Amino acid sequence: MSAGRTGTAHTPGTARTTGTARTTGTARTAGTAGASPALDLASVLTDPRTRIIVCCGAGGVGKTTTSAALALAAAETGRQVVVMTIDPARRLAQSLGLRQLDNTPRDVAAAAEFTGASGGRLQAMMLDMKRTFDEIVEAHSEPARARQILENPFYQALSSSFAGTQEYMAMEKLGQLRESGRWDLIIVDTPPSRSALDFLDAPHRMSRFLDGTMIRLLSAPARAGGRAYLKVVGAGLAIFGRIIAKILGGQLLRDVSHFVGALDTMFGSFRQRAQATYDLLRQPGTAFLVVATPEPDALREASYFVDRLSSDQMPLAGLVLNRVHPSSAPSLSAGRAEGAAETLSAVGGRDAVLAASLLQVHAQRMRTNAHEQRLARQFASAHPEVPVRSVPASAQDVYDLDALREIGAHLTAPIPSRSSTKTRTRRASNRPPA
Amino acid sequence: MPTKATWPAARLHVVTGKGGTGKTTVAAAVALSLAAGGRRVLLVEVEERQGIAQLFDTPPLPYEERRVAVARGGGEVRALAVDVEAALLEYLEMFYNLKRAGRALRRMGAVDFATAIAPGLRDVLLTGKIKEAVTRQVKGARAYDAVVVDAPPTGRIARFLSVTKHVAGLAKGGPIKTQSDGVMAVLRSSQTAIHIVTVLEDMPVQETADAIAELRAIGLPVGSIIVNMASQPLLPVGAMARAAGGRLDSATIAASLKEAGLDGESLAGPLLLEAAEHAQGWRAQLACRARLQELGRLTYELPKLTGRIDTGSLYELADQLTQAGVR
Repeated sequence: MSAGRTGTAHTPGTARTTGTARTTGTARTAGTAGASPALDLASVLTDPRTRIIVCCGAGGVGKTTTSAALALAAAETGRQVVVMTIDPARRLAQSLGLRQLDNTPRDVAAAAEFTGASGGRLQAMMLDMKRTFDEIVEAHSEPARARQILENPFYQALSSSFAGTQEYMAMEKLGQLRESGRWDLIIVDTPPSRSALDFLDAPHRMSRFLDGTMIRLLSAPARAGGRAYLKVVGAGLAIFGRIIAKILGGQLLRDVSHFVGALDTMFGSFRQRAQATYDLLRQPGTAFLVVATPEPDALREASYFVDRLSSDQMPLAGLVLNRVHPSSAPSLSAGRAEGAAETLSAVGGRDAVLAASLLQVHAQRMRTNAHEQRLARQFASAHPEVPVRSVPASAQDVYDLDALREIGAHLTAPIPSRSSTKTRTRRASNRPPA
Repeated sequence: MPTKATWPAARLHVVTGKGGTGKTTVAAAVALSLAAGGRRVLLVEVEERQGIAQLFDTPPLPYEERRVAVARGGGEVRALAVDVEAALLEYLEMFYNLKRAGRALRRMGAVDFATAIAPGLRDVLLTGKIKEAVTRQVKGARAYDAVVVDAPPTGRIARFLSVTKHVAGLAKGGPIKTQSDGVMAVLRSSQTAIHIVTVLEDMPVQETADAIAELRAIGLPVGSIIVNMASQPLLPVGAMARAAGGRLDSATIAASLKEAGLDGESLAGPLLLEAAEHAQGWRAQLACRARLQELGRLTYELPKLTGRIDTGSLYELADQLTQAGVR
């Protein structure tokens, strides 16, 4: 797994992301109450020990865009990067030059202009979950048996629609990309799950399912018959079998049964692979980024995810808060702006009315900003140790690499505050060496 | 507000939309609007997220229909969070008289297993429960005047509603087949309308167009498009283009600001920047609106509310829908 690993030497001035660090790339800025420490993503991206970045969060918060922008930024610093997207929006896919969902990392040709000078390289791919699953089957069984499995109707349903297949295959693909050693940084976007937990649970759930007692018992009729079956599974399960057969239909059960029979030899490897993937995520070279927008639902999901990563001892780099609305004139309060707008409206005249409307725009901006900051403070008080990086909303959607670069610039901009290096070194020195 | 026609006279309103567009909030507002004036409405949640409970600030909903709000003019909204496991047990009891066996199955994790090996079963159970609520009679009258569903997002909605397709791969006959045929008949009929919630941004608008095409292709009745979180233009319409292009005169603005007692010199620049972003955002919204209009559907618009969405803001949104003809 560690083949091809580079850069074991510590670069002075970068955060130690190894060892027991639960947060990487941290730099505490001011000690203001209620504020989160700033997330130093530039250090995370340039640290050669960072090998995998996983972007996760609720649907619609800009995970894919964040993944792509980080990948481009990292490639510009000279790294060999691949970004795996799950279901990119059409325009974003086009901006990356992705035309097909074919599981193959391809050069983002347009990026060469930006990455060329540093020797970096950006590749991108879209996950094809069925193809990935088929490849596992093909790699782990003999051709005749593989064909038998691939043609099984239950396998076909499982590989294209099982709840969690996408999550599981994303993890599987991540493991493959890492093993190949072709890239020194892999950035993955996570599937838009029903719940954030699905992503971490899917590999285990899937292996438990395929390896489980229930599926074995259910497949028992294929192996033992009649009385023997009853003896094996007991009366309760016999009833279960009958009910299930009634509800699901006998054919499905026969397919499942044959599938399990054909898959028999693969059970071990399924479990092993799931475990390997899970372990890979816990390694210090991985950095999880939780992505959210300043909205209650998205932040609730983010909180949930942070707790979960922490309890699973996954290395969390921090929170990316997309689409915030900072003001360019924070010293002018909403109230004062509205008062002045009223005065100007009373004065009348085209210029005064226009100036009044500008003040209204500002007042609304300040109120939105106050609301967003309140939500961010709530997150900070629940998770004071989690570093946060905010990215301002842009008025337009992302169409091209220039827009991605702009987002990347916000993500990796230096932290505007007191010497963060000192703080980080002090924090790091409290930890045992890796 | 609606561009053409009127709110469909359906009894089952399925509300979908891309993640982040606020479909749960909109579904709740639609339910409140439909309940106005003394009607009974059931608001159903199917994704086990307890979004409705959070919205109405109540403890997590059990698997039973509970009153969550009283509408204007005395109607009521009840809410139900459908639990797949409970729905399966209810189903077993109803058709096979297997209540006790059901409990045993639950202990064994068999229910989980069954819904796992046949993902379609899950959707059949959920839509089956919805259909039951739509058609339920109490003392010869409909139990509910309307049922509003906070449905899965646009990416999964067509699959969620393709009930008969799920069953084609399952049972060929028997109660579950009969049941799913009944569900499909209701979904395809004029009793149903599928509404799509969007915001004025590229990706959600694109997904709206995709979902409409997909739903129509499988013969399901698309209702309206509900634009959520639309912002209002704050600049004079005539000044929008100049503001977006950064061509407003800074000196004039500074002078006016000074007149109002502000530090015009230092504020003009930042305010023009904010105005430019506002105008660009507005222009992007207009482009999205134009694309939605091309879809030729009945369209409603709800404003972006600043601050926390609470029960009060739900009534505010519901009032707007009522005024626009959602009743």
